[in-house]
Amino acid sequence: MRYLPHTDQDISDMLKVVGAADLDDLFSSLPADCRRNDDMLLPAPLTEWELDAHMDALAGKMAVAPEYKLFLGAGSYDHHIPATSRYLLSRSEFYTAYTPYQPEISQGTLQAIYEYQTLTAHLLGMQVSNASMYDGASALAEALLMGIRIKRKKKTVAVSQAIHPLYRRVVETYFRPTEFKVVALPYDAGGVTDLTGLEDIDGLAAVAIQSPNFFGCIENIKAAADRSHAADALLITGFSEPIAYGLLKNPGSQGADIACGEGQSLGIPRSFGGPGLGIFTTTKKYVRNMPGRLIGQTTDLNGRRGYVLTLATREQHIRREKATSNICSNQGLCATAAGMFMATVGGTGLRQLAQVNHDKAEYLKNELTRAGFKIPFATPTFNEFVVEFPDGFAATHQHLLKQKIVAGLPLAPYFPELPNAYLLCATETASKEDMDRLVKEVTA
Amino acid sequence: MKETIGTSGLIFNEPLLWEQGQKGRCALSIAPGDVAASPLDDSLVGEPPAFPDLSEIEVVRHYTRLSQWNFGVDSGMYPLGSCTMKYNPKTNERQASLPGFASAHPLLPQELSQGALQMTYELEQLLKEVTGMDAISLQPSAGAQGELAGMLIFHAYHKSKGERRTKIIIPDTAHGTNPASAALCGYKPVPVKSNEQGVLSAETVAAVMDEDTAGIMVTNPNTLGLFEDHIREIAAIVHDKGGLVYADGANMNAVMGIVSMGDIGVDVLHLNLHKTFSTPHGGGGPGSGPVCVKAHLAPFLPVPRVIKTNDGYALDEDHPESIGKLHAFYGNFGITLRAYSYILSMGPYLKKVSQLAVLNANYIKEQLKGTLHLPYDRPCMHECVFSDKIQQEYKVSTLDMAKRLMDYGFHPPTIYFPLVVPGAFMVEPTETETRETLDGFIDSVKAIAAEAREQPERLHAAPEHAKVNRLDETEAARNPCLAGCPTDRTKEYIKG
Repeated sequence: MRYLPHTDQDISDMLKVVGAADLDDLFSSLPADCRRNDDMLLPAPLTEWELDAHMDALAGKMAVAPEYKLFLGAGSYDHHIPATSRYLLSRSEFYTAYTPYQPEISQGTLQAIYEYQTLTAHLLGMQVSNASMYDGASALAEALLMGIRIKRKKKTVAVSQAIHPLYRRVVETYFRPTEFKVVALPYDAGGVTDLTGLEDIDGLAAVAIQSPNFFGCIENIKAAADRSHAADALLITGFSEPIAYGLLKNPGSQGADIACGEGQSLGIPRSFGGPGLGIFTTTKKYVRNMPGRLIGQTTDLNGRRGYVLTLATREQHIRREKATSNICSNQGLCATAAGMFMATVGGTGLRQLAQVNHDKAEYLKNELTRAGFKIPFATPTFNEFVVEFPDGFAATHQHLLKQKIVAGLPLAPYFPELPNAYLLCATETASKEDMDRLVKEVTA
Repeated sequence: MKETIGTSGLIFNEPLLWEQGQKGRCALSIAPGDVAASPLDDSLVGEPPAFPDLSEIEVVRHYTRLSQWNFGVDSGMYPLGSCTMKYNPKTNERQASLPGFASAHPLLPQELSQGALQMTYELEQLLKEVTGMDAISLQPSAGAQGELAGMLIFHAYHKSKGERRTKIIIPDTAHGTNPASAALCGYKPVPVKSNEQGVLSAETVAAVMDEDTAGIMVTNPNTLGLFEDHIREIAAIVHDKGGLVYADGANMNAVMGIVSMGDIGVDVLHLNLHKTFSTPHGGGGPGSGPVCVKAHLAPFLPVPRVIKTNDGYALDEDHPESIGKLHAFYGNFGITLRAYSYILSMGPYLKKVSQLAVLNANYIKEQLKGTLHLPYDRPCMHECVFSDKIQQEYKVSTLDMAKRLMDYGFHPPTIYFPLVVPGAFMVEPTETETRETLDGFIDSVKAIAAEAREQPERLHAAPEHAKVNRLDETEAARNPCLAGCPTDRTKEYIKG
C-alpha cells in the first residue's frame, strides 16, 4: 500500500529493536478482553483509477452548474472562485500544516490569518476578528453565549425569526442544556425584525438579527442597536452573505457589538454546505470574552516583525472548563481562502462585485414582478428575495427540476405561514439569458 | 559526510497585503454585467471596504512567499503528539474538488443530491465497522464539536430518564478540550489522577462515581500514548451507577482493527477524521469530528440522519429525542469525503496502519530512551512521551530542544502536554514515515542532546535558520495587536 513505506526488512529490523516477535506482539500488553478477535469487514482497497471512477460516478449524481441552473442561495451562494485562489490554496505548505503552535516555522499561516482577521474586521466595521469558527450557525450560538457572559446575571437572549432557520436550530441545540432562555422576535409585514416589546423582556442579555436577513431583506441595524442598548443588551448582527458589505453600511458603523456569520461567499466552494467559514468579530472592549483563536503581531529576539497565537488564556487548553468556548480546530484553511479572496477583489473590486450582485437580483425581481408575481416583502434586498407564486406552484417547481432549473427554495417547510413563498437568489454568475428563461418557464 | 535534511535557503521577505498595491487595481476582472445597473438607496450604502487594491501578480507572489515560511507534512516529518500528522493523500484532494461535490448546494432537492447522500451513508457504515459502534453522525465540524455532541447526548439521555446529573469524571490524561466541552452542557468536571503506570485505575473511578455523575470522558489510548487497561472495569462501575462512558477517539490511529470500541464498554465515541483518516489539517482546520454511539443512544444523534430507502438515500428529520443540529447543514462534508476516499484506498490495510504507527512510536521510544528521560517505560501505543529531566542539568529545556529540531529539518513534537509529565516532549511519528526518516529524527535528537551538554547557549538561541527567531509572546498578549490598518481612514478606528 503506497502510504505505508515499510518493507518486510524494515519491519523485522524494527521489531528486533523494539523487542517484539511480530506486529501482533506490539499489542500483547493489552488485556485479552479488550482485543478485537474478528477482522474488520472492509471492502478491498481500490486502485487510484478505480477510486476515480467510483467518485466520478457519485459526483455525477449531483445537480450542479452549468448543467443545472440554480436560483438558490439561502446561506450557500454561487460566487465565482478566482483560479488564483484555487491554485494558491492548493500549496501544500498551507493545507498540510497544523495549527501554528510553533510560530518560527508557521509564519505563512500566521501572517495569512492575521491579514484575514484584519480584512474581515474592516469589512464588517469591527475592531477585532478571531481566526474563525465552524460556520455561521455555531458562530451565532457562540455569540449569544458570549453576550450572556458579558451581561453576567442576565439569562435571556432574543433571536429574530428572520435569521436563517437552520442557524436558529443550532442555537436551540447549544442552549438546550443551559439555564438560559431564547425568545423569538417576529418579523413584520416588510419582512424585517419587529422589535416592539423588546423593552419588556426580562433579563435580556443580547439581541440577534441578521442582515441581509433570511428573506434577503436589509435590516435597520442602527435602530436595532439603539433599542438593544436602551434595554442594556448587546446587539449581535448575523449574516450569511458577506459580499453584501461591499455595498451596505457595515454593522460596526451602525452600532453592532458582535458581527458574526457565514463566510462561504468569500472564495469557498459550496461543497454541500461545508466546510465553510464562521466569521466572528467584535469590539476591543469584549475581546477577552471572545471564543476562538486569535493571532497577534509581535517581534522576535532580533526585533523583526512576526505573528503568534495570542490571548490563549481565554481558551480551552489553558482555562479548561472556564474557557470562553471549547473550540480548538477551526476552519483555518477556509479563513486563508477568504483572505485570498478579499485580497484578490480588493476594496474597489468588492464594491463592484456587490453592485453586480444587486443588479442581477433586481433584474430578476423586476422581471418576475412584471410577469405578475407578487413580492410579499417591500423592504430593499441585496441578492436574494422572496416571491409569492400562485397556488399549485409546487408542481411547476417540481416540473422545472426535470428541465434542470431549480426555481428557488420553497419556504413552507421553514415558515408554514408562507405556503407559496420561494426564496430566489441571483449572483454575479447568473446570466440574463438564464434569468429570462426562468421567468418564461415559471410564467408558462 | 552523510547529507541530512537541515534547513537553509531561499526565504523572501514579504510585506503585509496593505503595504503594497495601488488604488484602482483588481486581481479579478469584473464586468458591469448584462443587465442594467440598479443602485441601492443611498441611505443603505456605506463606504467601500478599507481593503488594499492589488493586481493578480501581487496576490500570487504574496501567498507563494507566505507559503514558503510554513512547515507542512509535505515539507517533512511532523511528529506532533496527539495530532496524528500523517501524510495527506493527493487523490483525496482530487475527489473533493470534483465539481459535482465542490459546487453542490446543500439544500438541493434530495433526488438531485444522491451522490453526496450515498457517500455519507457509506462512510457511516465504514466507520461503524472500524469502531464497532452502532450508529454515527458526521455532522460535528471538529473533534471538540464531536465532544460537545457526546455531552449533549449524555444530557439528553439522562433527561429521557427524568434525571439531571451535574458532574462528569475527567482523568488528567484526557484531552484539553474535554472539560470545556462538558462545561457547555453544565457539567462540573471531577478531575481524577492516573496511577503510577500512567493509566486510570478502577478504584479511582469507583471512589468518585455516584448517581449525580453523568459519566466519564476518557481518552483511549490516553495522552501518554498508553492504552487504558482497565477500561472494561471502569465502564462497568460507571454503568452500574447509571452513567455513560464517553471515549475521545482522537487517538484511534493506534487501535484500528486491534480494539473494537463498541465492545469494551464505550457508549459514545468521537473520531477526528483530520487525524486518523488522513484529511489535511489546513493550518488549524477544517477538521471533522463524527460522533458514534451504541444502539441505545442512536435516538439522540444529531439530525438530519441519512437513511437508505427503496429509491436511494434520504435525509431523515424524524427523531424527536435528537439533540438537534450542530451545523447549519451537514458538517464539513468536503472533509468527510476525503476520509471516505482514504478508507476506500486502504480497505483492510487500516489494521496495518495502526500496527505500523505503534511500531514507529515504539522504535523511537527504544532508540531515544536514555537520551531523553522516559517517565513511563512500558510499551506505548502510537506516541511516546519523554521529558527534559536529563537536560535540565545543563539548563536546557524541552522548548530549547524543540526549537533546535527546526534547524535539523523536523517539526517539533508536542511540548508541555500532557500536563502530568513536567516538560513533556510528546512524539507521534505516524505510520507514513519511513525508517530512514525516523533514524534521521533519532540522530537529530541525539545530536541536540549532545549540544545541550556542550553548547547549551546554541539551543537557547535556536532556531537559527527560521524566517524569524523566537517571538515575544508576552508582549503579544499584553498589548494585543490583532488587526492592521490598511488605510489612514481606519487608523484611528482600529486603535479604538
